[in-house]
Amino acid sequence: MLELVNIFVKGIFIENMIFAYFLGMCSYLAVSKTVKTGVGLGFAVIFVLGITVPVNYLLENYVLKEGALAWLGDDFAAIDLSFLSFIMFIAIIASMVQLVEMAVEKFAPALYGALGIFLPLIAVNCSILGGALFMQDRQYSTIAEATSFGLGSGVGWFLAIVAIAAIREKIRYSNVPAPLRGLGITFIITGLMGVAFMAFMGIEL
Amino acid sequence: MSTEVKAAPETAVAAKEPSEPLFSKKNKLLLTDPLNDSNPITVQVLGICSALAITVQVKQAVVMSISVLAVMIGGNLIISLIRNIIPSRIRIIVQLVVVASLVILVDQVLKAYVYDVSKALSVFVGLIITNCIIMGRLEAFALANKPWPSILDAIGNAMGYAWILIAVAVVREAFGSGSIMGWNFIPDAWLITNGGFYAHNNMMILPPMALIVVGIIIWIQRAKNTALIEEH
Repeated sequence: MLELVNIFVKGIFIENMIFAYFLGMCSYLAVSKTVKTGVGLGFAVIFVLGITVPVNYLLENYVLKEGALAWLGDDFAAIDLSFLSFIMFIAIIASMVQLVEMAVEKFAPALYGALGIFLPLIAVNCSILGGALFMQDRQYSTIAEATSFGLGSGVGWFLAIVAIAAIREKIRYSNVPAPLRGLGITFIITGLMGVAFMAFMGIEL
Repeated sequence: MSTEVKAAPETAVAAKEPSEPLFSKKNKLLLTDPLNDSNPITVQVLGICSALAITVQVKQAVVMSISVLAVMIGGNLIISLIRNIIPSRIRIIVQLVVVASLVILVDQVLKAYVYDVSKALSVFVGLIITNCIIMGRLEAFALANKPWPSILDAIGNAMGYAWILIAVAVVREAFGSGSIMGWNFIPDAWLITNGGFYAHNNMMILPPMALIVVGIIIWIQRAKNTALIEEH
């Protein structure tokens, strides 16, 4: 249990998707003009990461990895399909996003109204595929660990986008040099926030 | 790959519009515009993730740029060739499948020929699939244009991406480890550890500095090109 909490906290602070790996920067920069949209996209990312990472974990361990197909019989034990992982992961992500969108629309119309336009954007958000690839890279031992990693990274991403959106709302009242306005200052602020987040790096969990 | 890629659209364009030269003014603009005025990274805000994460060393940045160039040319060409038969409802999935197949090819080639760089790039080769620069250009250009302009657009945008990537990598490697492409230009005797006066700026190797370097590049670019300045 403690191990799960550790992975979760690590995903939020130490291995933050934005500040440590720069994943999902495109939507992070494009959708962070106001806190409201930032919160919407942030929740959508938590949601989709929490679902796709465990699903991709199952795919990796029961289909793609070397020897993963052993459950089909001894003939299949030597097959290594890991070169297919990119295309399989992205197919899973694209179809899961579609499914999630339909499910949310049917069962939680209010949530759909809030997340609506962001859900399709998520399929091409690098943090989702990045989550799947890091899961593959780090070889988590159980599906619970993978889920906890997915949720933790999602929460970390949420935290980052809400923080930058709040700062960008305030920065409108400051006198930023003209050529830096908009994109430039956002980059520099994100860099400074990244430096601040590096304070967590030494922490052993 | 490039030779066979270029041969096909040449004939297609020539058959339909014999009057338009291969490098007309419009086509040249497709190549040069993304280098500055509509740079994919600093103006269109596409493909940021990889630009920041793999710019610690120039070598990685060069390999990454070449990979993106190859995937973009292939993707733009294929999507442009089949643009009339893709149903618009499922176009994202079709694009993802085309790009993912090309990325698998690139990944296998990298693993075979430059294994150490491929290890260093780790997940970022796979992330070319969701690199917004590729999806963005497929969506915005290749879906609506003929193959030959699409290839030019791919080359132009990949070059615009590459020069920013390499510029950031040069700054970070030069200040962070005193070398360019692995070639040390700071003599060992100068280092503090050897009794000298110079210390590498280890800050430059850390991830957040990539953001600040890109921010400064944007600053310089917009100071020169005032048309790009945003309101807020």
